[in-house]
Amino acid sequence: MKLVTAIVAPSTLGDVKAALERLGVLGMTVSDAQGYGRQKGHTEVYRGAQHPVDLIDKLRVEVLTDEATVDTVVDGVVAAARSERAGSGKVWVTPVEAVVRVRTGETGDAAL
Amino acid sequence: MNSGDTAWVLVSAALVMLMTPGLAFFYGGMVRSRGVLNMLMMSLGSMGVVGVLWVLIGYSTAFGSDVGLGLLGSPTEFFGLSPLLSGEQLSDTVPTMAFAAFQAMFAILTVSLISGAVADRARFGPWLLFAGLWAVVVYFPVAHWVFAFDETDNAGAVLAQGGWIANRLAAVDFAGGTAVHINAGAAALALVLVLGKRADWPQETGKPHNLPLVVLGAGLLWFGWFGFNAGSALAADTTAAVVLMNTLVATGASMLGWLVVERIRDGHATTLGAASGIVAGLVAITPACSSVTPIGAIAIGAVTGPLCALAISLKYRFGYDDSLDVVGVHLVGGLAGTVLVGLFASSAAPEEVDGLFYGGGVDQLWRQVVGAIAVFVYSFVLSLLLAWLVRATTGFRIRPDDEKEGVDETQHAETAYHFGDGRGSASAFRAPDVARALERTHS
Repeated sequence: MKLVTAIVAPSTLGDVKAALERLGVLGMTVSDAQGYGRQKGHTEVYRGAQHPVDLIDKLRVEVLTDEATVDTVVDGVVAAARSERAGSGKVWVTPVEAVVRVRTGETGDAAL
Repeated sequence: MNSGDTAWVLVSAALVMLMTPGLAFFYGGMVRSRGVLNMLMMSLGSMGVVGVLWVLIGYSTAFGSDVGLGLLGSPTEFFGLSPLLSGEQLSDTVPTMAFAAFQAMFAILTVSLISGAVADRARFGPWLLFAGLWAVVVYFPVAHWVFAFDETDNAGAVLAQGGWIANRLAAVDFAGGTAVHINAGAAALALVLVLGKRADWPQETGKPHNLPLVVLGAGLLWFGWFGFNAGSALAADTTAAVVLMNTLVATGASMLGWLVVERIRDGHATTLGAASGIVAGLVAITPACSSVTPIGAIAIGAVTGPLCALAISLKYRFGYDDSLDVVGVHLVGGLAGTVLVGLFASSAAPEEVDGLFYGGGVDQLWRQVVGAIAVFVYSFVLSLLLAWLVRATTGFRIRPDDEKEGVDETQHAETAYHFGDGRGSASAFRAPDVARALERTHS
């Protein structure tokens, strides 16, 4: 089992969600995140005073998946979240040791 | 009594009253979210303290019989305003009580204006103390200088003397460029010098937490300002109409001027810049609104918007933490508007005075400058003394820990915004069930 974690721009969430649903992904977790990558943040100006904003609002999308479909999920997210501008996000995959469905107590792939 | 005039003055009083909560929103949106309630409270507090003082001695000190040299009205002549209850008490064509109510709103607003300079670091009680002392010692006398006109008979002989700036000096200040804006701006400068900078100024302090709130406040100010300026005609007449039109166009021109400066200097025209330009224009046209043509009003706005936009960066150069630019907007805008009367006044306008650009020479100009400097010096010196007095007797600043924590929570035991209520709080109701389930799992 794998955990696919994607940091994406908030405006792309609708596309990411639609893409994953088309690929048959049944669930996901979305949470607010702030951060920056190589493009750094941006600068806001209030009454002429410059205020650099490093931590930009992003969304973290997490999907638990089995070994067979992990690449499809990653490709789906990347295709949906990609844009021309820097700051489109990042996707990474981590191994998962155990999964339990809370309602039934099922474990492993059955719990996905 | 004229019922049309009375209706206009009463409505104007209500319009001006709305400016204070409007100002509270304008200021409140500009501070960080952890200080917005205190910002609102400093304005609300002025409404209480200054309103009550106005009825007790304020009206008397400002508009009572002059006690000499045009410096002060008799402080107890109208104590409690009881002498104004009778229907025979008239100021020109309106009941004097309507005039007293209208002027009460001016006193309240002026004190509230100062509070923007000390955002995030003043203790609330000492602020109220300062507000009351300042109203009595500074505002009420200065209002007498500027707003109390001589009473004359039909032949023009003076029956009762009024304030020195309005009558002896004959500076034009229609609705309070000196008494309100220079006065409040000078006090703000004095207060920031006594209170000192915020601990994290200027790194962390300059981002407004809610710009829509700032625009809401600026809109309410502009709306109320029509009462502030056009109501000062004290009649529903041509003067009020001219003043209202001038208040519209000077403000628009000032906003555009501010935005042009931003576009050139910073690359973007900003929402905060538009709201700030609005207030700067309103401040500048206040003394001048009855003495210039609409074209003159546009010129005053077009000069003042850019001037104030540039002036607010002075605080970074000189290192004083005027949190919300009361000095840059109200002192500089008030000075500019007051002095520009001496340049742009036209005898075609209701005040019937010609400034330098309209063939009047420097006669009106020097009167404007003397009036402006007199109010600035008086207000600055007395405000310094009062702020020192408050600091020495009760303390004025919040503790450093409290400043870090936020002035709302430490001064008022409240926070403005509550998102996701209940999320993450453990439910006492469910706890025993969870404990039993854990025992079953591990047994």
